[in-house]
Amino acid sequence: MTPLLQVETIAKFYGSRIGCADVSFDLYPGEVMGIVGESGSGKSTLLNCLAGHLTPDRGAVRFDTRAQGLRDTITMSEPERRMLGRTDWAFVHQHARDGLRMNVSAGGNVGERLMAVNARHYGDIRNEAIDWLGRVEITEDRIDDRPTAFSGGMQQRLQIARNLVTGPRLVFMDEPTGGLDVSVQARLLDLLRGLVREMNLSAIIVTHDLAVVRLLADRLMVMKDGHVIETGLTDQVLDDPQHAYTQLLVSSVLQV
Amino acid sequence: MSDYNFAYLDEQTKRMIRRAILKGLAIPGYQVPFASREMPMPYGWGTGGVQVSAAVLTPDDTFKVIDQGADDTTNAVSIRRFFQKTAGVAVTEATSEASVIQTRHRIPEQDLRADQILVYQVPIPEPLRFLEPSEVETRKMHALEEYGLMHVKLYEDISQHGDIATAYAYPVKVEGRYVMDPSPIPKFDNPKLEMAGIQLFGAGREQRIYAIPPYTQVVSLDFDDYPFQPTKADHACDLCGAEDSYLDELIVDDAGGRMFMCSDTDYCATRRKQGHVGAQGVPYKEDAA
Repeated sequence: MTPLLQVETIAKFYGSRIGCADVSFDLYPGEVMGIVGESGSGKSTLLNCLAGHLTPDRGAVRFDTRAQGLRDTITMSEPERRMLGRTDWAFVHQHARDGLRMNVSAGGNVGERLMAVNARHYGDIRNEAIDWLGRVEITEDRIDDRPTAFSGGMQQRLQIARNLVTGPRLVFMDEPTGGLDVSVQARLLDLLRGLVREMNLSAIIVTHDLAVVRLLADRLMVMKDGHVIETGLTDQVLDDPQHAYTQLLVSSVLQV
Repeated sequence: MSDYNFAYLDEQTKRMIRRAILKGLAIPGYQVPFASREMPMPYGWGTGGVQVSAAVLTPDDTFKVIDQGADDTTNAVSIRRFFQKTAGVAVTEATSEASVIQTRHRIPEQDLRADQILVYQVPIPEPLRFLEPSEVETRKMHALEEYGLMHVKLYEDISQHGDIATAYAYPVKVEGRYVMDPSPIPKFDNPKLEMAGIQLFGAGREQRIYAIPPYTQVVSLDFDDYPFQPTKADHACDLCGAEDSYLDELIVDDAGGRMFMCSDTDYCATRRKQGHVGAQGVPYKEDAA
């Protein structure tokens, strides 16, 4: 089986400081990978390198493209990479404001990716938008409202709908539940888990919330100071942490 | 003649602008940056158009200026006088007699010929500007032909107004490549963008020149189920009776009285000279005006 994403000794430096270094892993179709670690451990740098937002200084990121099989997304041309970015890839930002157009209605936000891949039939675009808003539990009568009129949780769900509408195969998520209260978090996680299973999505989720990866991720990578210090199946890493830092991380979770 | 160099600008500046114009003609719809000069008029009054006109004018040219279709508004009169004074060129109000026409917000009703140049004054040359504020990003979008965002604007129109409500500065795609802002002309004029004459667009404050060569394909963007429709007021001109021209609505009293008249004053006057009379018009007399 070909991996969907093959990451090979990725490294990114900010001057002499390390962003992330020597990260390698394979991600297979339908698999959800969690990346955890404290602030400043290089999680987001790594995610941005994988999603093509940052150019890593070393290493290769190979994506299994529909047409040509495994291709290095770092050396491919910018138009190709941006094309991937709006078709096969999706990126869910921590702050919905970064991922949405706040002055465009919810329907327009969902429709943008469709129009970017040359959908030119208003009725079809709108029906698709209504369908997707429904899937993320936003009612049809909110379709012409702007995201500014939405609550934080709704904005986040709208961002997810906007990203998944073109049927991507790989979703990058940067703290998708950050800044939401716990009950909203729970519903969002439930929704995400459903969508990931239903669409057979592969996903890479960066978070510092261990509960999120426990629910969503099949595999886990623990990062500290730019390096991966432990990897393994989620339950294995969380229930039997080997590295001292992972043990600290797991024991730091507040028990209610 | 005056102490100014021909057509006000110095020769080096005109050469610089001509280079930008030629590049613009070679890449239809592409916005060419140029070193816009300070002109003796405020931004927004046509500094871009004036510079383009200055660069293309020759002593043999006949110059015409229209502002919202009219030859007799402040803006049109002063720009016409400006070139009369600094270039000594002949001026006219007749579309058919002019070789260079500078315009703001309209394309003349009468078809232009291959030996005529139409110069537009452009306030904001970037069609994507109000959706994407970053110039770096919009340039990249043009370079990579990522024009999905333009349709988002049209989508928003339909979802809010039930129809494409954009009535002027309606975005077009030139020769299947660049999406272009045709300057704030009414969308009624969009079909006329495919013409025999050369069309040059100058944006002074934004420092951009772009162009449409003769007989270039210009397609107004739309949706399959909401096709592009040029619109005008559903009336005939009250002065000349024309039913095919773009109309201005004029409030004539405070009792709800109004009349519609051609926005293209030359077109209207020519028709009245030929004996056409509208509903509220009076027969044309040579000394009336």
